[in-house]
Amino acid sequence: MKKNKNTFWEFFASVKLALFCFFTLAIASIVGTIIPQNEAPSFYLQKYGVKAAEVFRLLNIPDMYNSWWFVSLLSLFSINLIVCSIDRLPTVWKMVTMDNLATKVGRLEKMTPRQQFGSPKPMQEVVAEVEQTLSDAGWKPSRRERDGGTLLFSQKTPWVRFGVYIVHLSILVIFAGAIIGTLFGAKGSIMVREKSIVPYYYDRGSQMQVPLGFDLRVNDFSLTYYDTGAPKEFRSDLTVIENGQEVLNKSIVVNDPLNYKGFTFYQSSYQAYDEYWITVQNQNSGERKTFLARPGTEIKWREAGVTLGIVNLMQPDRWGRYRLKIWFSDGKGEPSVFWLDGETLVSVERLDGAFAFKSEQLFATGLQIAKDPGVWPVYIGCTMMLLGLIIAFFLSHKRVWVYIYDEENKTKLLVAGSANKNKVGFESMYDTLVEKLEENETLQLSKV
Amino acid sequence: MDSSKLLGITTFIYMFSSVIYLGMFIFRVKKIGLLATVVTIIGLLVNTAGIGMRWLESYQMGIGHAPLSNMYESLVFFAWSIVLLYIIIEFVYKNKIIGAFAVPFAFASMAYASLSPEFSDRINPLVPALQSNWLIAHVFTCFIGYAAFAVACGTGIMYLVKLRDKGESPDGLLSTLPPLKVIDDITHKIILFGFIWLSAGIISGAVWANSAWGTYWSWDPKETWSLITWFIYASALHARFTRGWGGKRIAWISIIGFLAVIFTYYGVNFLLSGLHSYGAS
Repeated sequence: MKKNKNTFWEFFASVKLALFCFFTLAIASIVGTIIPQNEAPSFYLQKYGVKAAEVFRLLNIPDMYNSWWFVSLLSLFSINLIVCSIDRLPTVWKMVTMDNLATKVGRLEKMTPRQQFGSPKPMQEVVAEVEQTLSDAGWKPSRRERDGGTLLFSQKTPWVRFGVYIVHLSILVIFAGAIIGTLFGAKGSIMVREKSIVPYYYDRGSQMQVPLGFDLRVNDFSLTYYDTGAPKEFRSDLTVIENGQEVLNKSIVVNDPLNYKGFTFYQSSYQAYDEYWITVQNQNSGERKTFLARPGTEIKWREAGVTLGIVNLMQPDRWGRYRLKIWFSDGKGEPSVFWLDGETLVSVERLDGAFAFKSEQLFATGLQIAKDPGVWPVYIGCTMMLLGLIIAFFLSHKRVWVYIYDEENKTKLLVAGSANKNKVGFESMYDTLVEKLEENETLQLSKV
Repeated sequence: MDSSKLLGITTFIYMFSSVIYLGMFIFRVKKIGLLATVVTIIGLLVNTAGIGMRWLESYQMGIGHAPLSNMYESLVFFAWSIVLLYIIIEFVYKNKIIGAFAVPFAFASMAYASLSPEFSDRINPLVPALQSNWLIAHVFTCFIGYAAFAVACGTGIMYLVKLRDKGESPDGLLSTLPPLKVIDDITHKIILFGFIWLSAGIISGAVWANSAWGTYWSWDPKETWSLITWFIYASALHARFTRGWGGKRIAWISIIGFLAVIFTYYGVNFLLSGLHSYGAS
């Protein structure tokens, strides 16, 4: 490929531009960490004054990471990555695919490490023996007759030269994933009370209702505490309902969301209400019903001829413990008044038999909703980046040549090697290989 | 022996070890080199035992979790990572002078953890957001990276110190330091190593954030600062391919990079607000 060596191309291919991008992106990013992002316009007016707020508005500082200039910087960075990779790849491709058996003997004579040997054995025998020794040592060679001699060549991991470009490509793949997410993804949230069904959520940007395409029912929310009073677990029991059918049931916690049809539901917050679920069971008939009761209001269960209400309460403490004072009448005899201790079951004897009571505080669970088809590209990009970095930093392209030729009826060997990285490590590998050749009794090598 | 005692002892051993390494460098007493290494290894073992004990204690308390959940625990782990990494470097490069520029970081981290009144060494249960298998992976990768950058900062300082060596006195203080080219090579290799771990740390954080909040990247100050740090070290890696950007500038980048690491790790928690607030306790 002929390189288009104009200054424009060179500018976009340059490492200097990469350095410029790193520094400007780093410095610009700092701004967004110091100035709070995505606050209301009035916030900036109050905190920074009219003039600053106006400058912020012009430069889109309140939403800096999505501003035209920050996105332009990221684009410049991407162009830099693409152009420099296109610029350098042909050379690297040549290095990886090159015919190393065509390497000039003169070049081998200048390589480090290299060593020369002589052998009393005829050339053909030496070639066969060296080939065998290299193969045994894990350097299976290819061969070619050259300039009256034979050149053997073996290499390891030539493809690692692409490592750096895998890293460059990985960044572009991550950006592609981010763009896919922005274009086709959705982010939102919804607060749902227990035992309610929602067919929609609120979009994070527009605050508009967006249909889910199915129904989500919140069966229960529970909150547990450690002895210290710190929250231990937020748990929501969810059911997905589609066309009237319950299709999926899952209890989610903060690090374990629910996935359905591309949407993911995350436990994110909750709200406690001053209302209580009260379940009453007639222990004779087994009839049972749950009511939502607000303190001070009367509840009637007509079918059972029962009236009840919360007449007093002790608000939940920091472990979520509360007490309810219940007033209850089934129309027979004096009404019962008793305390319900949190969620413990209480049985009350009446003239006609016993009634059981259980209470639970009403909560709403706050769910984050995300749909991001760009996540997989991003994850693939991240994996590529780590693999690419390991390849680029720790693996090297190692090459070994043995040129066997005849000089005044004596067989001579030239052993040369090269590695593109970690030369120290390679030299000890090369030394081991040379030792194996020297130890070979058939070859009877002597240093020249 | 409880974990607090073991970690207290660790602090003193690292102080002692720092003094020996610095003494070896300043007074050119090569003989105490072996002592320095032995003391440091003992420190590392006690540090390891302290972390292990703390882990065990959390299970005995019924709130078992890896001791990587708050500022105190992370400072202890930071010190552990620095010393582990330094010991490996000492064995690979067979050079003890680097110790004078690396072990003091570990001591500083331990001392800050134990002495600072703002961090409690109490074992607290994990809040829901931290109850994830990603906790260990994320903290481990980040701190191995941070430790590498601490050592790279040390060798960067060493480079700048060595620059002042005009070679006038053959047995001067600075002549004991390795040649500039060698220091530069060590710094470069440690930055490469740290860069992989930092990348892995950012990525594990992103994957975790996505599984907990549904967003792998939200430009939260902590995330953003880790990215700023990443850019700084990326520039160190590319600077080598630019003429006129040799050792001296890279040494400076290794110092500036480490300041960014400190800010990402520590400064963000106290000076900026964001999602990553667990570290502040």
